[in-house]
Amino acid sequence: MSALHRFLRRPEAVAGALILAALFAMAVSAGLLFPGDPQSIAGPALLPPFQDWSLPLGTDRLGRDVLTELFHGARTSLAVGLAAAAAALAVGAVIGTLAGFTGGLTDEVLMRITDAFQTVPSFLLALAFVSVVGPSLGVVVVAIALGTWTGPARVARAEVLSIRERDYVANARVIGMHPLAIAFREVLPNALPPVLALSSVIVAAAILTEAALSFLGLADPNRVTWGGMIAEGRTVLRTAPFLSIVPGIALVLTVLGVYLAGEGIVETTAVRRGLS
Amino acid sequence: MTRALTLLRHRLVGSIFVLLIVIIGTFLLLEAAPGDAVDAYIVSTGGDAGMIELLRHRWGLDQSELTRLANYLWALLHLDLGQSVTFSRPIRDVILERLPNTLLLMVSATALSFGLGSALGIYAGARPGSARDRFVSIGSLALYAVPGFWLGLVLIVIFAVDLRWLPIGGIETLASDKAGLDRAADIATHLVLPVSALGFIYLALYLRMMRAGMAEAWRQDFVLAARARGLSRRRIVLAHVARNALLPLVTMLGLQSAQMLGGSVVIESVFSVPGLGRLAQEAVAARDTPLLLGIILVSAVLVIFINLAVDIAYVFLDPRVGASEAGA
Repeated sequence: MSALHRFLRRPEAVAGALILAALFAMAVSAGLLFPGDPQSIAGPALLPPFQDWSLPLGTDRLGRDVLTELFHGARTSLAVGLAAAAAALAVGAVIGTLAGFTGGLTDEVLMRITDAFQTVPSFLLALAFVSVVGPSLGVVVVAIALGTWTGPARVARAEVLSIRERDYVANARVIGMHPLAIAFREVLPNALPPVLALSSVIVAAAILTEAALSFLGLADPNRVTWGGMIAEGRTVLRTAPFLSIVPGIALVLTVLGVYLAGEGIVETTAVRRGLS
Repeated sequence: MTRALTLLRHRLVGSIFVLLIVIIGTFLLLEAAPGDAVDAYIVSTGGDAGMIELLRHRWGLDQSELTRLANYLWALLHLDLGQSVTFSRPIRDVILERLPNTLLLMVSATALSFGLGSALGIYAGARPGSARDRFVSIGSLALYAVPGFWLGLVLIVIFAVDLRWLPIGGIETLASDKAGLDRAADIATHLVLPVSALGFIYLALYLRMMRAGMAEAWRQDFVLAARARGLSRRRIVLAHVARNALLPLVTMLGLQSAQMLGGSVVIESVFSVPGLGRLAQEAVAARDTPLLLGIILVSAVLVIFINLAVDIAYVFLDPRVGASEAGA
């Protein structure tokens, strides 16, 4: 039975994959379905949902269409979540491999730096980084990656420590390969699976951190974010709570989709490894 | 005990290095921030170019990077975090004033997430694979996915706006001259919602760890031995399976403290709790970078102390850590 088959037999994993597919569809179609500036005024202010079918989810305090904003917000969430996670995994894998493969003083220094990054609350670090450098999409991505690369680094290091004693690594040394070439061409690719297994947790954490940053107003001002929408809605929480609740539900579903699909992938591939 | 002490000394030395790296990191961020302390001072008080030169010289800002780093370290050694421009007071005093509220919030939220999380984990893990196990695990995953600040807003809408059971924010009723037990009760009612919001998002973590640990423990020989001795299922679950699954959670308690400090930033902002997190948000809004970095430093020190405390607690909880005592 193929891994895909096993994946499809897990209802939670399929639900997660469907949520993610819907999210991708939203992000891709946002520009087609809702062209133009998503932050432009579309109707009367504070229209409740399900009243006017041209504005199905209603409008916010400034008369912007909530559904349009939701679609464009999906873009930001997904883009930041994936980019930050990719950066964190790449940096973590490289630093973990270097630390584990070289050992000695380099290892000690790199691991103390890793400790330091884990000691500082990652959200505070992201907050400080964005506020010092200035909010833009790229800066938010770097800020989130700064707080999340430590997990992959530790996992990669542990894996490399066990791989570096294997015969093929000794063989590579004997034929005179450069140690760095051994580390990155021979060892790192083999250490990757457990690091990649962290992806779903990291993507989910990145999406939540992005939302929290934009909730506090630290987001690219030219982009719609779900966190920003929640913050907008907060000012009229008593009269129009749906403005905060709707984008929040989108966030919960997104993160849940990432977890469920990720867990499904990890477990189905782990079974395959166990069988072989 | 000697081995435990060696371990602790090793940790302590490591912590000092870690703290040094954090300090250098915050210094670099401080340097990268646009404008320096003199700019901030001049904006609030006014002054000409000559005044700026004089101040830069007096505050040592015209010296080389390394000298400034040394000055920064020297000041920190004297517990001097500098002056906050927004509050016109020493940063240390501002932080110390806000710290107790954050600690109260953190300790209560940790107790909630650890207590309820491990209890639910034991409940689910007592019968692995059962319907209740699946229900609790999927529920915890859903909880994992909820952003804390949004959960806070939803709680406010339900319990403060609609039902009017609990206050909407703040740490206590202002100008109420309550004292003693009345005041404690007042603070407690104000804390119910923020503690729930902060505690519930971390609850899932302990629950899932407990459950996974129990699944692992069920397979161990000592469980089989306990069964063979004819112990009741309840006793096996509580005294053998859960007990062994609990230890890793204690380690997690230390590791999670940094995350919880970060999480309290948004929760304190949502509920207007005058703590360290809200102070961080105020510092960002006012572009008071030295204050923000001071908060980061204090948080890092706090996290280091919590983790050391966890290490010490571990020596007492896990007999294997100090096991060489008898042999040595």
